Amino acid sequence: MIGFLFAPFFRKSPEEWVTLGKPNDFEIGKTVAVTVLDPSPLPWAGVTAKNAVWLRRVSEDNFIAFSANCTHLGCPVRWLEGAKLFMCPCHGGVYYDDGAVAAGPPPRPLFQYDVRIENGVVRMKSVVVPISTTL
Amino acid sequence: MTRVLKTVWLWLDDRIGISVLLKPARHLAPQDAKWWYVFGSATLTAFMVQVVTGVALAFSYIPSSSQAYETLVFITNNAPFGSFLRALHYFGASAMVLMIGAHMAQTFLFGAYKFPREMTWSTGILLLAFTLVMGFTGQLLRWDQTAAWSVVVASEQAGRIPLVGDWVARFILGGTTIGGATLSRFFAIHVFLLPAMMFAFIGLHLWLVFRHGISEPPVAGKPVNPETYRAEYDELLKKSGKPFWPDLAWRDVIVATAMIVAIGLAAYFIGPPVLDKPPDPSVLQADPRPDWYLLWYFALLALTPARIEGYVMILMPILIGLLLFMIPVLNHKGERSATRRPWAIAVALLSVIMIGSLWWEGQRSPWSPNFQALPLSESVVGTTTGPIFTGARLFHDKGCLNCHLVQGFGGRRGPDLTYIGDKLSRDNLVLRIVNGGHNMPAYGSSLKPAELDALAAFLEARKRSLDQEQHTAENGTRR
Repeated sequence: MIGFLFAPFFRKSPEEWVTLGKPNDFEIGKTVAVTVLDPSPLPWAGVTAKNAVWLRRVSEDNFIAFSANCTHLGCPVRWLEGAKLFMCPCHGGVYYDDGAVAAGPPPRPLFQYDVRIENGVVRMKSVVVPISTTL
Repeated sequence: MTRVLKTVWLWLDDRIGISVLLKPARHLAPQDAKWWYVFGSATLTAFMVQVVTGVALAFSYIPSSSQAYETLVFITNNAPFGSFLRALHYFGASAMVLMIGAHMAQTFLFGAYKFPREMTWSTGILLLAFTLVMGFTGQLLRWDQTAAWSVVVASEQAGRIPLVGDWVARFILGGTTIGGATLSRFFAIHVFLLPAMMFAFIGLHLWLVFRHGISEPPVAGKPVNPETYRAEYDELLKKSGKPFWPDLAWRDVIVATAMIVAIGLAAYFIGPPVLDKPPDPSVLQADPRPDWYLLWYFALLALTPARIEGYVMILMPILIGLLLFMIPVLNHKGERSATRRPWAIAVALLSVIMIGSLWWEGQRSPWSPNFQALPLSESVVGTTTGPIFTGARLFHDKGCLNCHLVQGFGGRRGPDLTYIGDKLSRDNLVLRIVNGGHNMPAYGSSLKPAELDALAAFLEARKRSLDQEQHTAENGTRR
């Protein structure tokens, strides 16, 4: 029973390359929210199997993907196109367009995923976003 | 007919022993135990309301990540009395939190935690902790967008626990991210695990109340002496004690009934908490907030300086819990009267003021950007052309208005800039905008020179004299 209850401790997270779309689906210079599906969701996960990342097409073949989770306490950050800032609605964390902390309580920059163009599609390495594990 | 009923009652009572079971309710209690002593039974009544309404809700609720939200929508919009039932459960929880807080404050101020009731207090502290966890897990079972993001926040907080933080976070999420396993574990905790523990500890708490008796109201100058207290208490009961049921319990019945009526009225007229959007983590337009009883903690996390935040987040609740738990060990004898324990009044007052102020700030959340800020109107800007007008537009488009107020419009995260032109020169304004500072981002790299000029022109014009000119012009127009 203990093994059953505490199985999540030992469950390995799949690290897979997931497809985000074709390069031309994204305008150069724009930062957009892209939905990413959990590579191996439980059958009853429903909409919770979805996630989102902030993707920016920097140039013709260069993309950056940021985690949408604030590094303070995980709330969803929003991209403000005019301000070129990410802002968190919970405790007021603010990040510059490169993910660096601009203001507020976040201890670290926004997490960046590995992104590459492969076989004509933009792919992102779906990994677990690290959380702060120190006081 | 009466004789038949009496015969049936006597038969049942003989075989089952109902009157023996009810005997503890007739225990003698100090007759001066009056209205101050009703909060414990009111908390128990609120708990029973939660059990009844919770069981009823479980008849329609499906604890599945994919279906829970739909069942909540069904309960709220389609099921007969479903909306009322949800509201009863919500206001029942609110009443329970309020009553357990009042019960704890009264017990503390009356020094009722002292010998021989130390363990009665300690079990009560555990029940307080269970109640708060029930409140939090209950909010999560709503399984809307706020609930889903609250789980993420909870796991991030748990992640700060030294050494085992990552494991605890995984346990909360049921994996490394929110998903199918998340909700069902909170359902099990909220519906089975915690209620079972609460029943056990309420039983123990009540047993201890019967065992040591209801404490007599404190008298200044009459300290608790563990060597003589029990004899004095027995003497008091022999002299002037009255059976709790029915002589003293009528006040508890009145308050419990009034509370149930209040819960019912609030549920009927206010309704259940509004369901947010579905729990879809890919929808980033979210603004998660805890229910009111944890809003103060939400504010605390926003206002604590970053360098000590982890300690406040993890160590402070543990230390407060331990301190509360240990109060009777540290201070188990001596004066009970609050008039002889001014520090007790100070602690209680400070706690209420601190939680109240944090709650108020949590309600306002001035640290959160105002994402709904609209462009400033002509009456605020003062012109429809030129660099001031352009600057006002940029002030909105560049996100400045999300954090700053101008004549009551915008956000409250940064300083109010209504009269910033009176305080800072144009050069200083440009410096602040370009370099940021004081918890403000630097805009140097994201503004063109012309945009910077326009923004500075708009801010420089934010002066009292301009405000007065506008008022004069408006009054002139009205005349």
